Amino acid sequence: MSNVFTISPDFSPDHISGWYIFNTWLQKQTGEAIHLEMYDDFHSQREAIKNDKIDLIYANPFDAAMLVREKGFLPLVKPAGRADEAIIAVNANNPVEDVAHLSPGIRVAVTEDPDVHLMGMIMLEPGDLDAGNVETQVYDTYVLVAKHLLRGDADVGIFLAEAYDDLSNIIKSQLKVLVRSQISVIHHSLMIGPKLADRRDEIKSLLIDMSQDDKGKDVLKGLGFDAWMDVEDEEMEFMIDLMDTLNT
Amino acid sequence: MLHDMKPEDIVGDYQEITLNLFGNITRRILYTQIETPYPDGKLIVSTTDINGIITHVNKSFVEMSGYTEEELINAPHSILRHPDMPSAAFKDLWDTIQRGNKWQGYVKNLRKDGGYYWVKATVIPNVRNGKVTGYTSVRRKPSRTQVEECIKLYPTLF
Repeated sequence: MSNVFTISPDFSPDHISGWYIFNTWLQKQTGEAIHLEMYDDFHSQREAIKNDKIDLIYANPFDAAMLVREKGFLPLVKPAGRADEAIIAVNANNPVEDVAHLSPGIRVAVTEDPDVHLMGMIMLEPGDLDAGNVETQVYDTYVLVAKHLLRGDADVGIFLAEAYDDLSNIIKSQLKVLVRSQISVIHHSLMIGPKLADRRDEIKSLLIDMSQDDKGKDVLKGLGFDAWMDVEDEEMEFMIDLMDTLNT
Repeated sequence: MLHDMKPEDIVGDYQEITLNLFGNITRRILYTQIETPYPDGKLIVSTTDINGIITHVNKSFVEMSGYTEEELINAPHSILRHPDMPSAAFKDLWDTIQRGNKWQGYVKNLRKDGGYYWVKATVIPNVRNGKVTGYTSVRRKPSRTQVEECIKLYPTLF
């Protein structure tokens, strides 16, 4: 029976074909039949996880606790040099220079990306802002978050730092960054479910060695990073504990 | 091992007090009225064993505390204990985490140079294979309003 691989719905649309190519590479290397299933949103992906339909996942850190502690997933690897960081930005014409000067009632534009949303809300706390006293507007993409800031339909935007950096210079010149997180230890991870657990070490080695040959390098390029790095169990537990402290 | 604070490490005018810390430790504290603002966007992270001995610190912890990583590892977490913090707050912290729960509060921390910084701290037990193996503490930038309330409240708890 085929294994099901899925990726966190917050992946960059530029890399969609890269993930299909990676899946083909993975099937060839492991000899396992693996079907790549893309979900449109976190809700439907979590439903699939809850119903034990997933065997491999490139997971958002927010979901790591549920995957490890409730579903018996184990970490394999993470992208080298790619931690998830968040940015709080406003329209460049906004006179506010510090989160502490924002007021309750502001409209906060976000995406569904759960770890970025969490980090962003933490960075709003110094301004006495929380989910209870801001108006949250959820958009499908970070480009839409930026658009609504530019139009003045939203006061503050919470961005994945990488997505913000990828916005065009024209858009960025009309925005102002108030805070950029420097957390360094929150990252997406490729994780393996119980059905494939006995092949974990072997698959992990294949992934870590992937950057050693030209074909592997090309496949990684399509995903937007240079190499996979090992994630030990304790590193994952540490990140889960960290996310737990933030989710309060 | 926790050493007394040394006058040569202190920046600015200081006061002196001896604190009785957890684990029958007494420490000579030298402290100033100089605040270091919490840096935007950063988290201060540390892990301790079940006795509160530091086993891991991140870079922000080192930068804000003023100690080197070598000075912090194997030191009691009370190396940060500021004399303005009521012991009731730490009793509540230990009671809470030893029950297996998460603790959150606003804490005034002491720096090696005698200065201080306010944090919003969250401490959780690290559960590994069903056993508590230590505690992780994550500190983030507090709201000034909350800090002002603590500045009023804490002196009443001594």
